[in-house]
Amino acid sequence: MRIAIPVDEKSIGASVCQSFGRAPYFLIYDTDSKESEFINNSAAASQGGAGIKTAQAVVDYRIGALLTPRCGENASEVINAANIKIYKTTDASAPDNINAFINGKLSLLDEIHRGFHNHGSK
Amino acid sequence: MRIAVLSGKGGTGKTLISVNLAAAAQTSIYVDCDVEEPNGHLFFKPEGVQDEETAINIPSVDEELCNGCRICVDFCNFNALAYINGKLKIFEEVCHSCGGCALFCPENALSEKDKFIGKVQKGVSDNVTVNTGILNIGEASGIPLIKKLLNENELAGGSPTFIDCPPGSACIVMESIKDADYCILVAEPTLFGVHNLNMVYELVKLFDKPHGVVLNKCLEGENPAEEFCLEKGIRILGRIPFDDELGILNSNAQIAVREKEKYRTMFSSLLQIVTEEVRHETVANP
Ligand code: SF4
Ligand code: SF4
Repeated sequence: MRIAIPVDEKSIGASVCQSFGRAPYFLIYDTDSKESEFINNSAAASQGGAGIKTAQAVVDYRIGALLTPRCGENASEVINAANIKIYKTTDASAPDNINAFINGKLSLLDEIHRGFHNHGSK
Repeated sequence: MRIAVLSGKGGTGKTLISVNLAAAAQTSIYVDCDVEEPNGHLFFKPEGVQDEETAINIPSVDEELCNGCRICVDFCNFNALAYINGKLKIFEEVCHSCGGCALFCPENALSEKDKFIGKVQKGVSDNVTVNTGILNIGEASGIPLIKKLLNENELAGGSPTFIDCPPGSACIVMESIKDADYCILVAEPTLFGVHNLNMVYELVKLFDKPHGVVLNKCLEGENPAEEFCLEKGIRILGRIPFDDELGILNSNAQIAVREKEKYRTMFSSLLQIVTEEVRHETVANP
């Protein structure tokens, strides 16, 4: 199975990016072949709907699980529609989170935040 | 003459000032653009109210026709579309109703449907025509409503128009002041008041709008908002005292100008100052 995790930089000890839709890169890890790959998140620069576009890109990578510290409502709707489970990362690095996931130590992300779709009006 | 009344947050007296200025004018139009919580109509209690529903166009997909080419997904600049598990998903709150996706779909699978987002309510309260925008609860953007409110107003001719803006400085406020001739910034005499004033001050500068400040809830002694105006060289149009009587009238949703001569005098002279400022601006920068 492939898993995706938002990261701040393209390096093997990368830290987990605190934002899903605005993450510059994603680390894609294949639990069968044990290979990892970085992808650029072109949606990070979008004016609006970054979460939706990012989710689309991640889904298109045919992943089985997404590990992320948080995920907006729209993005999670896309991910859920694709039957992909979302797990909450810890403060540890990306590779440590991947290991924690493989060992069944990560829990499902249940708090989905409302997002900032009000154009910041409040 | 279009005058927008703004403040950085709610509860500073934005509605008090726009309502009373409109009531002090001979004839006027009051437009409530605070569409999430319009309350000017509670003061005016307009008569002969007519509602007009406002809709925006949102695409809807015919799944029989859609072949999953994703042209629409790639086209949408706002990322309102996703194609997941063999189905097109449309995020209505993210869609900006540009109509592009329906135009470009090679299968003609997309059509536009109306989505009602709120209404524009019009009525009359003595000398004031009262136009209120009311956004349906849960709708993300009131901008289409504001566009409608302010466009229609074009038709109304010569009477001065007072635009009660939404609080803050987000894009919905920008939309409300876009065509204003003058902006009145309402400020409270506290440090928070200065912070809020600065937000709207930055906005009117960005839009290059002539502006002035009304200091509300003024007490004896120091007024940080006043100091801020002096420091930045912002015109102070008037001071509304902190006064129990005005507070009571206001909390009873009464229009001070219509209840007491002294408030009529106070707001009439404020109106005169503002009118002169606008005239001066149109002469200086036609
Ligand atoms: S462009 Fe038309 S056919 Fe292609 S995915 Fe969109 S709705 Fe379907
Ligand atoms: S109408 Fe425009 S904004 Fe809305 S989904 Fe279609 S392309 Fe996107």
